[in-house]
Amino acid sequence: MTQSVVVQVGQCGNQVGCRFWDLALREHADVNKEGIYDEALSSFFRNVDTRSGGDGPDIYKGKICSLKARALLIDMEEGVVNEILQGPLRDVFDSKQLITDVSGSGNNWAVGHKLYGSQYQENIVEKLRKAAEHCDCLQCFFIIHSMGGGTGSGLGTFVLKLLEDEFPEVYRFVTSVYPSGEDDVITSPYNSVLAMKELNEHADCVLPIENESLFDIVNKIHQMANSGKLGSTVKRNSLVTSSAGSAKTAQEKPFDAMNNILANLLLNLTSSARFEGSLNMDLNEISMNLVPFPRLHYLVSSLTPLYTLADVNVPSRRLDQMFSDAFSRDHQLIQADPKHSIYLACALLVRGNVQVSDLRRNIERLKPSLHFVSWNQEGWKTGLCSVPPVGHSHSLLALANNTCVKPTFIELKDRFMKLYKKKAHLHHYLHVDGMEQSCFSEAISSLSDLIEEYNELDATKGGPRTDPSRLKIAV
Amino acid sequence: MSIVTVQLGQCGNQIGHEVFNTICSDVRNTHGLCSKKENESYRDACKERFFCEEQSEVPVARAVLIDMEPKVISQTLSMAARSGYWKYDDGSHFCQKQGSGNNWANGYSVHGPRHKEAIMDLVQKEAEKCDRLGGFFTIMSMAGGTGSGLGAFVTQCLRDAFPTSFLLNHVIWPYSTGEVIVQNYNSVLTLSHLYKSADALLVHENDVVHKICAQLMNIKQISFRDINQVIAHQLGSVFQPAYTAEGGLCYSRNPLGDLMETLVPHPEFKMLGLRNIPQMPENSLAYSTFSWPGLIKHLRQMLIANAKMEEGIDWQVQPPRLGSSIPSSHSINKPLHFNTSIANLVILRGKDMHSIDLGSFQDPSLYTSWLNPKDAFHSWKTLRAFNKYEKSASLVSNSQFLLKPLDNIVGKAWNMFASKAYIHQYTKFSIEEEDFLDSFTALEQVISSYTSL
Repeated sequence: MTQSVVVQVGQCGNQVGCRFWDLALREHADVNKEGIYDEALSSFFRNVDTRSGGDGPDIYKGKICSLKARALLIDMEEGVVNEILQGPLRDVFDSKQLITDVSGSGNNWAVGHKLYGSQYQENIVEKLRKAAEHCDCLQCFFIIHSMGGGTGSGLGTFVLKLLEDEFPEVYRFVTSVYPSGEDDVITSPYNSVLAMKELNEHADCVLPIENESLFDIVNKIHQMANSGKLGSTVKRNSLVTSSAGSAKTAQEKPFDAMNNILANLLLNLTSSARFEGSLNMDLNEISMNLVPFPRLHYLVSSLTPLYTLADVNVPSRRLDQMFSDAFSRDHQLIQADPKHSIYLACALLVRGNVQVSDLRRNIERLKPSLHFVSWNQEGWKTGLCSVPPVGHSHSLLALANNTCVKPTFIELKDRFMKLYKKKAHLHHYLHVDGMEQSCFSEAISSLSDLIEEYNELDATKGGPRTDPSRLKIAV
Repeated sequence: MSIVTVQLGQCGNQIGHEVFNTICSDVRNTHGLCSKKENESYRDACKERFFCEEQSEVPVARAVLIDMEPKVISQTLSMAARSGYWKYDDGSHFCQKQGSGNNWANGYSVHGPRHKEAIMDLVQKEAEKCDRLGGFFTIMSMAGGTGSGLGAFVTQCLRDAFPTSFLLNHVIWPYSTGEVIVQNYNSVLTLSHLYKSADALLVHENDVVHKICAQLMNIKQISFRDINQVIAHQLGSVFQPAYTAEGGLCYSRNPLGDLMETLVPHPEFKMLGLRNIPQMPENSLAYSTFSWPGLIKHLRQMLIANAKMEEGIDWQVQPPRLGSSIPSSHSINKPLHFNTSIANLVILRGKDMHSIDLGSFQDPSLYTSWLNPKDAFHSWKTLRAFNKYEKSASLVSNSQFLLKPLDNIVGKAWNMFASKAYIHQYTKFSIEEEDFLDSFTALEQVISSYTSL
């Protein structure tokens, strides 16, 4: 069994991370009734004997003593992390796993990346090493951050680079929240594009998320839950946005529902690695199957169902609906429509009581309406995990490497250019030691190249399919 | 002689478990429909082949379980032990913590050499437990990373360490609509390597078995367990004891050797397909009766028309008329869908054997011209019924059965290779484009050989 370490950077990263740990505990509590520290738990948690005060030695078997998250919390201002440490999750985090500062990064990527990066480099490396040492077999680092600010974006990508240097064999999955058009941070396009270059070069897989999509999904669920339609009582606990049953008892904050979706995404992604199933899908398989070319590693994700109705419906219709929804525009976690773009590859990870025949039936059913690139006409990766998420009887996570991410990047580039042409706010960045004009031009060129690669793939859509001729053997 | 089974990867271990389950429950079954003496003889022969009975109360399967991650093996071991009727040796498994990531190169170039010693030690131990080693039977899928990549490496090692032992690879071909995106690459690499080391490749295709489950077994929500049970039944029907010689006095003691001898006359032709009839849900068994002539007729037509199961057989396909001259390009004269064979083996299990006439299988027009039909066809029999089926007939065929599926896989892989997609994932672990080209060349050769039959 392998372990993963979560690195949460910045306000967004830490808030999402907090929801993730909360839900992870809830999920394991649901499955692990006997309180034994098992392999599944060990993928995200350490079992520590804290009776002697402070950090005791790790316990690898037997009853759960005190669970500590395999996490690193980084923020350049204290507010968010402090809140976590005073909340119900305080015991889950080891005090030595935190790196904080006071003044924040001022929404400035350069401050996060160059200034704090060099200042905290040693500290970060040391803490990462410590976390890695506690792992028997470390497979993956998950980085959670946002792209638009200063810390998550700048320092977060600095950590990404460090991870590649220090732990080249370990996979780097990044969950990045992209800013929307109406973002209140004016310099978010700069921050995002500068961060994109790092993501292009150092990440194994990136799951881009847009707040707008999360917001729409939350609204949809809210409408459904409160619509009072006959026969549509939503089962408690089953909302993909809810934290019902988890440790959090205080008032739910506005971003909580949205962050819960992200937390569920990460849980579902790792479910097959933690729990058993008839067709396992490990994290290294995701990277292997969904990344045909090194730079095209941006995966559009969708989670279904968003909720489970309380009344018992015809099971297989519900199941098929779950598959259909996974490909619909409103279930994607970024503003994109995969059905009208080209799929390079697609992965379906099903949890719960679903068998291979259900999977096959739905793939056959949905295939005709999707466009796959010519050299990967049957590009499906499937996984079956027998343990469903809390509150559901089954669920589906769809990850698609699809050219529909292109519009998001093009928009980003446009917003960047609007500011850059006028050299607006540039001086804030160039002030920082180590930051030069070339950083900007390199970043935008990296993004342009990426967009170009997607353009080339889009150009193949609908064209005549000429298969390359096979090797001829002399008889 | 005993067979050592090597279960590789998730698929190999899940199937291996079902195979031992099926064999064990067949042997315990008292509905052998034959004399007590016959039953005992069957049971002893089976035990010698697959189980070792040393110091434990239950038979211990002669198997080595290999996987790069622990979940499946621990499940397999505990399920077997829970059955109470047989189990695996507690020491005969090898696993690591992190899987191969569906990457053939990872399985072959990294895990293989790294763990070669440990794995071969286990195999050696298992081999030494046998009074006489009859050969190795490996079970793997070719779509993933461990079964395929590590499996290819282990097969090579087995060949090197046991140069005179028989080596049969049971290979599972994935669903053609994809379980793993890089499955075609992994398949091409696996098949080309196995072809060099193994004596023969016995193939099951997931698509075919799935259809059997859906249409013949009437299973509504088909799970991998259902699929594996059908595969286990078919394998059992081949490997359970049978009399290989006409009027033989005892069960054959060299199943793998006999198989190779009858079916693989030429090293260029190693692909074996398997058909078994009848297949039906267990609760229908009591209400069905079959006649041998009927079963044989169906089996023969399944062979000729390349039918995957006993429903939907194309009865229009007939062998070409003999008597026409046999020019070197005589394959043109054959109707397009006709399946030419190199060698065939029919295995019959059940009562009323005296009425059986297998002459139709000896028709020379079924076979390629360069073999004498007398050498190309063999049959094995036993009165002892198998797995609750009153009559059961299996066909193991070295023919063009797998030509089309193989061609499809190579075609798709080539298509992907032309765009260089995913290649960086393989070069990361030292499998270069050249290695791919070598594999493609090897398989095109196999395709060409089978096509020109």
